[in-house]
Amino acid sequence: MSKVGHSERWKPKRSLSRWSERAIKFIFGAFALISIATTLGIILSLVFETIEFFQEVPIGRFLTDTEWTPLFANPKYGIFVLISATFLTSVIALLVAIPVGLMTAIYLSEHASQQTRRYLKPALEVLAGVPTVVYGYFALLFVTPILQIVIPGLEVFNALSAGLIMGIAILPTVASLSEDAIYAVPQSLRQGAYALGATKQETIQNVVLPAALSGIVASVILAIARAVGETMIVTIAAGQNPRLTLDPRLSVQTMTAFIVQVSLGDAPTASLEYKTIFAVGMTLFLITLILNMVSFWFVNRFREKYD
Amino acid sequence: MQIDAVIDEETVLQVENVSVYYGAFPALRGVYLEIPKNKITALIGPSGCGKSTLLRCLNRLNDFILGARVEGRVRFGGMNLYDKSVDPVEVRRRIGMVFQVPNPFPKSIYENIAYGARINGYQGNVDELVEIALKDAALWDEVKDKLKNSGLSLSGGQQQRLCIARALAIEPEVLLMDEPCSALDPISTGRIEELMHELKQKYTIVIVTHNIQQAARISSYTAFFSTDESRTGQMVEFGPTTRIFGQANDPRTRDYVEGRFG
Repeated sequence: MSKVGHSERWKPKRSLSRWSERAIKFIFGAFALISIATTLGIILSLVFETIEFFQEVPIGRFLTDTEWTPLFANPKYGIFVLISATFLTSVIALLVAIPVGLMTAIYLSEHASQQTRRYLKPALEVLAGVPTVVYGYFALLFVTPILQIVIPGLEVFNALSAGLIMGIAILPTVASLSEDAIYAVPQSLRQGAYALGATKQETIQNVVLPAALSGIVASVILAIARAVGETMIVTIAAGQNPRLTLDPRLSVQTMTAFIVQVSLGDAPTASLEYKTIFAVGMTLFLITLILNMVSFWFVNRFREKYD
Repeated sequence: MQIDAVIDEETVLQVENVSVYYGAFPALRGVYLEIPKNKITALIGPSGCGKSTLLRCLNRLNDFILGARVEGRVRFGGMNLYDKSVDPVEVRRRIGMVFQVPNPFPKSIYENIAYGARINGYQGNVDELVEIALKDAALWDEVKDKLKNSGLSLSGGQQQRLCIARALAIEPEVLLMDEPCSALDPISTGRIEELMHELKQKYTIVIVTHNIQQAARISSYTAFFSTDESRTGQMVEFGPTTRIFGQANDPRTRDYVEGRFG
């Protein structure tokens, strides 16, 4: 065919597409910027209000007081009172969510038939869709009365049932994300292990799980972040009683529950009570940030990268 | 079907009337084959003819394919691999396998080899075993100073030799190779072919290959597979490689080895 004929038959409209490509890049970039700007804005407002808070309350008292009574006539600001409650409910929740979630993930990915997996995984994800307020009242009105039969001294509001139900609430996060990571490990690695005379259990334990480690740790970190930040369940079921304790039978107040308590009252803007929320919020943010950094280090140190 | 009346060799595996079904579909039908000891046997044929399927019957790796069913018998040292009393894990310890795409574990070079020894309860010195296996696979000189590095840091050809070393470390009696060079460059391929010549002194090797010249170069015996009209695989002819490539009995075999296959 002649050269002229060729150029007549092929006429792509590239001049227009060059502009639209540029526009699309700009629009998408702008949207990406929104999420970054929002995060930055939140951090900045936290930082400024927190700085103002610490101009009135010395940081030493914030870290060493053993009482948390910011709304009293003679206020005390011992943040570890609230941290102990958040720590207690989160640990109970994770003791439920991590082992049960991981075993569920391993079962779904490695043992369940295709049929079982098809029904069980969506069912599990439904659990994640239950509103947390429902979980909160379920803990308070159903789980606590049952636990009170077997555990003497269990208060009506208590860290135990709030923690247990919070564990159920975040279980799908662990199970679903871990399952994705485990399922994504290439079949060729499993076959390599089987071909060496490894049993199914050995293959999962020594080859599949180490290769999926980064995804599993990510799911656990997300679960921790959700447990630490979870508000509704602990506010409803664990109570509003700030005390420095690790006794799961008692009523406690978590950091998030305190923020709810003050927000629901009528603390005027710029008052010290109002600024307290930001100091607590900042503490929550720092805890989550540190957890993220630790997990980042952990994953880089121990993961077995397969691609 | 054509089989040389008598294979004048000691054989270690006898495939007797093996058929493989994926669900209702027969992927391979009625294969008889004998694998001679300390020789390289090549399985050749067009895509989808069931040669890899047959290879995976020999160490029961088909067990993991959903809906796969094997009929017939595979005799190995007097037992039928598909007998109910046979433990497939033990079968795979004695019949090793190397795969098409190198699949080292994402662990250190050392650990890649020590792993099989550990799970199989090896009682000897693991350091020595690693060294011997790497030497047998002609990889020792290249990696002896970096045994702690990840197996995935090696080149493709080195990774495949690591996989061979890993298979050799558990002292199998038979080594199955499923197109072990198809993902490698010609130089790496040459090194692995040389290695196979060394290995057949000690091991019985069964290799699936798409590369007809490779089969001609390295194997002593060749089995040619093809498909019938319903896309079911079958073995067409089996015999010494020189005869299969020189004067095959079946016209389909002659067409294939001479590159005239439609």
